[in-house]
Amino acid sequence: MAFIDYYEILGISKTATEKEIKAAYRKLARKYHPDLNPNDEQAHKKFQQLNEANEVLSDPDKRKKYDQYGEHWQHGEAYEQARQQQSRQQRSYGGGGHQAFDFEGFSSGGEDFSDFFQSMFGGGGGGRRQAKYRGQDYNAELQLSLKDVSETHKQTLTVNGKNIRITIPAGVENGQTIKIAGHGGPGANGGPGGDLYIKFLVADDARFKRKGADLYATTKLDLYTAVLGGEITAETLTGKVKVKVKPETQNGAKVKLKGKGLPVYKKEGEFGDLFITYDIELPTNLTDKQKQLFEELAKSSA
Amino acid sequence: MSTKHLITTTDFCVYHHLEHSFIADLQEAGLIEIKIVNNTTYIPETELQKLERMIRLHTDLDINVAGIEAITHLLQRIEDIQEEIRLLKNSLKAYE
Repeated sequence: MAFIDYYEILGISKTATEKEIKAAYRKLARKYHPDLNPNDEQAHKKFQQLNEANEVLSDPDKRKKYDQYGEHWQHGEAYEQARQQQSRQQRSYGGGGHQAFDFEGFSSGGEDFSDFFQSMFGGGGGGRRQAKYRGQDYNAELQLSLKDVSETHKQTLTVNGKNIRITIPAGVENGQTIKIAGHGGPGANGGPGGDLYIKFLVADDARFKRKGADLYATTKLDLYTAVLGGEITAETLTGKVKVKVKPETQNGAKVKLKGKGLPVYKKEGEFGDLFITYDIELPTNLTDKQKQLFEELAKSSA
Repeated sequence: MSTKHLITTTDFCVYHHLEHSFIADLQEAGLIEIKIVNNTTYIPETELQKLERMIRLHTDLDINVAGIEAITHLLQRIEDIQEEIRLLKNSLKAYE
């Protein structure tokens, strides 16, 4: 656990007055406030650090203690006491065999102070905790594969000890967020609960590229089938299909397999297409006989 | 809309230590919607999320209603742009 220089965080000197501390905090808070930086994890972290620094330096008792121990804080007796106390209040999340999440709220409260803070001052922040009526919104991310996205399915998530069953609609896009109303933090004084936002992260697939509901794949095709035509087996997301190859198919030619893409989001029965690009492989290690035949071919088309 | 999903402005202001006029100013600026039922003003539950964000801007950062109005427009633009970037990034992946 590293020492945190709260003066540096606020960009002020160790002799700063209360007024200077307040001004520095306000100025930086205007830059990093989570409400002004939507979906910006870095700003959110920075704001937490600011709150923590402000919590310590704007409180004369805390500041005095912090200044007194300084970088040698670990030798302080308060540290020892706090450390013992802290080890008894380790937080635990999830459980129950489902996917459990450490949900993160984007409120502006001073929760989740650093271990350093907790060791020195014990417990969480508190002083400046924001009064809120509506509960806190939770944000979570859920990893999905392309196959997961190919059909609507239900999944049970554990949110702060409570199980909720969500429906993941087919065709969700990478980075898309759905809102589950009322499943965020509880409200205060009878206020409504916050919402749970789940962002889907759809992993790239080695075989298919995705563009909306359409999928793109490359398939190798031998020279003879390309020239003479025939049939190949192509892979789709849901299994293998036979595809007719036209005679004289060119390298890089694209064929469309209608409806073999992903389901269109929230449009039941509609599907994207699968586009296959042919990558024609020229034969290598030709036998003398084959070479001779190619020479004949070359002459005949000269 | 049933009153179950409405919160009286008075209760809300007491809870947040706010002046009534702050809510009225926000409503006048077209930033939130309030409902009047039997001469009592209510805040619909659906407005709470953005309203509480505006209150945080006001109390945490000393921003007045005009500033909140400008910020709200800019935030909407940021969110639209972020969504557009997400869609563009996804389409670019198809060409990688």
